[in-house]
Amino acid sequence: MKRRSLIKAFTLSASIAAMGLSWSIQAAETIKVGILHSLSGTMAISETSLKDMALMTIEQINAKGGVNGKLLEPVVVDPASNWPLFAEKGRQLLTQDKVAVVFGCWTSVSRKSVLPVFEELNGLLFYPVQYEGEEMSPNVFYTGAAPNQQAIPAVEYLMSEDGGAAKRYFLLGTDYVYPRTTNKILRAFLHSKGVADKDIEEVYTPFGHSDYQTIVANIKKFSAGGKTAVISTVNGDSNVPFYKELANQGLKATDVPVVAFSVGEEELRGIDTKPLVGHLAAWNYFESVDNPVNSQFVADWKAYAKAKNLPGADKAVTNDPMEATYVGIHMWAQAVEKAGSTDVNKVREALAGQTFKAPSGYTLTMDKSNHHLHKPVMIGEIQDDGQFNVVWETGQPLRAQPWSPFIPGNDKRPDYAVKGN
Amino acid sequence: MNQPLLVTASQKAGPRWTVAIGAVVLLVLLALPLLSLLPDGHGLQVSAYTLTLVGKILCYAIVALALDLVWGYAGLLSLGHGLFFALGGYAMGMYLMREAAGDGLPAFMTFLSWTELPWYWAGTQHFAWALCLVVLAPGLLALVFGFFAFRSRIKGVYFSIMTQALTFAGMLLFFRNETGFGGNNGFTNFRSILGFPITAPSTRAVLFLMTVALLVASLYLGWRLARSKFGRVLTALRDAENRLMFCGYDPRGFKLFVWVLSAVLCGLAGALYVPQVGIINPSEMSPTNSIEAAVWVALGGRGTLIGPLLGAGLVNGMKSWFTVAFPEYWLFCLGALFILVTLYLPKGVVGLLKKKGEQ
Amino acid sequence: MPKALLCLFLSLVLLPLAAQASDADYFIAAKANEQARLLQDWAAQPDPARLELLTSLQQGRLSPTDTRKLRLNNRLRGLVDNALASHQLLSTDARLRLAAAQQLQKSAQPPQVAFLDRRFASETDAAVHAALGLALANLQLAASDPAVRLAAVRLLGETGDPMARTRLEALLEPGVETDSNVRTAAETSLAQVKRKLLFGELLGQAFSGLSLGSILLLAALGLAITFGLLGVINMAHGEMLMLGAYATYVVQVLIQRYAPSAIEFYPLIALPVAFAVSAGVGMLLERTVIRHLYGRPLETLLATWGISLILIQAIRLLFGAQNVEVANPGWLSGGIQVLPNLVLPYSRIVIIGFALFVVLLTWLLLNRTRLGLNVRAVTQNRNMAACCGVPTGRVDMLAFGLGSGIAGLGGVALSQIGNVGPDLGQSYIIDSFLVVVLGGVGQLAGSLWAAFGLGIANKLLEPQIGAVLGKILILALIILFIQKRPQGLFALKGRVID
Repeated sequence: MKRRSLIKAFTLSASIAAMGLSWSIQAAETIKVGILHSLSGTMAISETSLKDMALMTIEQINAKGGVNGKLLEPVVVDPASNWPLFAEKGRQLLTQDKVAVVFGCWTSVSRKSVLPVFEELNGLLFYPVQYEGEEMSPNVFYTGAAPNQQAIPAVEYLMSEDGGAAKRYFLLGTDYVYPRTTNKILRAFLHSKGVADKDIEEVYTPFGHSDYQTIVANIKKFSAGGKTAVISTVNGDSNVPFYKELANQGLKATDVPVVAFSVGEEELRGIDTKPLVGHLAAWNYFESVDNPVNSQFVADWKAYAKAKNLPGADKAVTNDPMEATYVGIHMWAQAVEKAGSTDVNKVREALAGQTFKAPSGYTLTMDKSNHHLHKPVMIGEIQDDGQFNVVWETGQPLRAQPWSPFIPGNDKRPDYAVKGN
Repeated sequence: MNQPLLVTASQKAGPRWTVAIGAVVLLVLLALPLLSLLPDGHGLQVSAYTLTLVGKILCYAIVALALDLVWGYAGLLSLGHGLFFALGGYAMGMYLMREAAGDGLPAFMTFLSWTELPWYWAGTQHFAWALCLVVLAPGLLALVFGFFAFRSRIKGVYFSIMTQALTFAGMLLFFRNETGFGGNNGFTNFRSILGFPITAPSTRAVLFLMTVALLVASLYLGWRLARSKFGRVLTALRDAENRLMFCGYDPRGFKLFVWVLSAVLCGLAGALYVPQVGIINPSEMSPTNSIEAAVWVALGGRGTLIGPLLGAGLVNGMKSWFTVAFPEYWLFCLGALFILVTLYLPKGVVGLLKKKGEQ
Repeated sequence: MPKALLCLFLSLVLLPLAAQASDADYFIAAKANEQARLLQDWAAQPDPARLELLTSLQQGRLSPTDTRKLRLNNRLRGLVDNALASHQLLSTDARLRLAAAQQLQKSAQPPQVAFLDRRFASETDAAVHAALGLALANLQLAASDPAVRLAAVRLLGETGDPMARTRLEALLEPGVETDSNVRTAAETSLAQVKRKLLFGELLGQAFSGLSLGSILLLAALGLAITFGLLGVINMAHGEMLMLGAYATYVVQVLIQRYAPSAIEFYPLIALPVAFAVSAGVGMLLERTVIRHLYGRPLETLLATWGISLILIQAIRLLFGAQNVEVANPGWLSGGIQVLPNLVLPYSRIVIIGFALFVVLLTWLLLNRTRLGLNVRAVTQNRNMAACCGVPTGRVDMLAFGLGSGIAGLGGVALSQIGNVGPDLGQSYIIDSFLVVVLGGVGQLAGSLWAAFGLGIANKLLEPQIGAVLGKILILALIILFIQKRPQGLFALKGRVID
């Protein structure tokens, strides 16, 4: 009997405490901003830092007086790496919490899950991760890279003398839509450069694959046939076993360089990079980029991580999606100031052509019609301290081509955002 | 425990109370979709968010009920019911994708430059065939798996692990892009169902009502089953299979029937779930989801009809609330809940209520 | 006279220094393309004075004393390796020369032929001589004299080098090799090389199967005790692996901070720590939660599932959601080159041995100690054991602790080949259960066979039908197998019936 009343007392007090929490936050007039990143489940590994970056950016904007004289109030929810839950939480943010904008999602499937909700309710979503393109919704602004802003320049580099003049390409990816589409675009691109099908190998592994013995052996076999480069779209967690196997089987970057599209500073934190020196990654931003905006950005982030006592704060790093989140929030805030309101239609209009001096060292522009950022492309080599050394960059921001010209039928697509694409 | 709770409860509290509570709940469920049709800003309007949330939980409740039929009554703990749920959902999703694509191919196929539909997509543009698939796909799979499993008398933990392996294999298969079900992304971006726009309030209301209807129907079915001689045999099977065999019964047929029935119910729930939630993808088949379904049943009280419903409602309601209220700590609450329930409420919430009633 | 000596001495010391300084200056001032040409020239005409510069360049510096980092790219790094190998051929150390010759087999370019020829003629060490011969043969395939080509082709047939296959195939392309003698010899050599390669591949497959099996075994062994012997459906088993892996991480960090000299041996120190941590947590859980649930196996599933959720989130809050870095120590990095196309990573070899060692230990513990006797007694008949004076509560606790501790040991091994993150356990839990069920619950030997069987079957299927389909097929096969042998590979025979 006693036990049961104890349980009851606990639940009661817990719920009262929770209510108190949610009430105390509401004060004065604020603009609510939704943050929709998984804090638990398989994607927490990548998305948690984006949530923290969003909170930091919002704090900074608030410290400067907020937007239109109002403070921003973040509403953080946890969609728990569960795709239907993304749609549910998205709807909740838009209809229950009535947020003005949502920053969130990482995987394509989570974006595809919330997309109908945002289109139905005319919400606004900022998506900060590189993705496969083939989408352009009026309710989404894409601050990550489209394939032509990441994949194609990386392969061009591999083909160049400096990149090792690779003749054969091993396309390795996790089996989902981003690697598939990217590899499809790359294959068409390689064909256009005269690379024959026999010199392209495409291999996919299931999610969470952790045994790369056979695949690394196959890469070795394949690379005996001529100068080979591996183009890796291997997803998050599988990268560690892949790189460890690579190093232990003695495949060095000078023999077979691996260029990855999903490996950044954050992922390298979990890997001993000494055996990986020389392998490459293609992004639009690296923490090692040297310019005043970035120094400030990195310093702010480190200070924030320390102040909030985030796990692993002493080794806090920034990466490309974090920069994209930061840029996205600032661009949205600028657009709201310009529009003088948080009304989605007005903000959308104001966002077109918006510019922002980004940590990448370039002034980024939101395209006038296609909802994607113009971004510079950089190729970085992994160094033994877990950072990247930029060995090549485009020199100016590139316009995104979400509808890749290398996929048949895309030439008929409109170059502006239309619902239900 | 051996007697279905509903029977006990109605004996104890008198049929009037049971009927009254049931009627009130039913009335509320029926009123929700109607209230959702009220114009925006009306004080009594139920938001689309609430409606889809409750609709989703009702679908889960049906799964919990179906799982309880095999676990609570026949003693077969399935850790693979997510597979049947997802198969029903995929069957419905195929229809919805065809409907959204019109005469063309579904979007994810043009994406991969496929030029024609795989053979198993044939006929899915017809709603009637999709409905057949909703029943047939999970039903046939359950029949085949059940036939072999029960023939070789796999039971207990072995059965649970095998079902888990089954759903895991299903998940891997559907994750493959070449399988032709949209890979990791699954199906999303539906437009209309039978010509009605899928996001229209009236469509939502109808889907919700159908979910309520299915739930009531499965409850009634479960109640009839539990009261019948068939239900008694099942319970006997759970408690002492060998003795039952010595009494001259062949347990295989009984097990197979309730197993397939349960799978079909799950498939139907999945078919109603997909248009309401707007997405179906292989993660529904992940073993984690199926384990969670078992947790609903255990939490509510297995071997009862109301228990699973309560459990599904409680866990999912709490999940929805916790993930907003304490996004970083909700897993602790959920985990602690499971532990406390198994330790202190071996008969679930229903057991607790029942004890209260007796005092 | 002394003056002249001094002059001579000075010039001897300074001249190379001056040359080296100018080379370094020259290199650093050049653009990337010129640097590349410079390195190629140096490779063709090695000068011992440049050795120091090249060695430093390989480490990303200009000289051993210079701490500044030099930014090289892959192409330059490759050329530096090649040039350095050329220079190292002049070394007096035969081992160094051998390594250099092996490097040159991969990277030597036509301009180096003349130099290699000279070294080949003057080389005294047999092994280096042979290795140089191969390096030379690769380049001599393009020689104008058919006799030289013929010798080169014959020599290449002796190796199992995958590159030799490509070179021979290129030679056999229509219109490349005109001399019919050389062509025939090339065909024979190609067949020889292919045979050798196939042998290496098969050996590699067998090894990777064994390795995967050993990992499955380590992941499942703890579960074979907690689930197999105690009957607890321990869904938190994966989290015990994870705790072991995180314990390794903590040990690594602590040693790095307080005793950097011992860092090479941190996995060995991590073993007892991981065992203690996992066993401690396991015993704590057993005393507080699982103890109340014996005899209700399916309910242990729910409670342990709750435990696993809590443990995962606790680790996530404590260490962050990201993976943490667990580095291979020197003796576990890299691998041993068995055949030209087969490298066996040290970490995997050690893990195979370690898995077998842990199995042996567990077996001894269960069959040769009093605790083991008690555990077996309790699992066979709890009431009877209690009547005979076995302290069942204590035995349960210790047995659960043992199972968890072994999982912790598994975690140490897993941390060396995979990622260490909060979700680590989740990816092994299904496989672990399959191994235990397939082997027959309660059977240690069964788990052993099941783990290696699954590992090898998986690795045999993967090259044929891909990783995804392979895994699905394995699962289907297991389901079918269980139909045939419902109690697993090694069933307990008995007449017990409820």
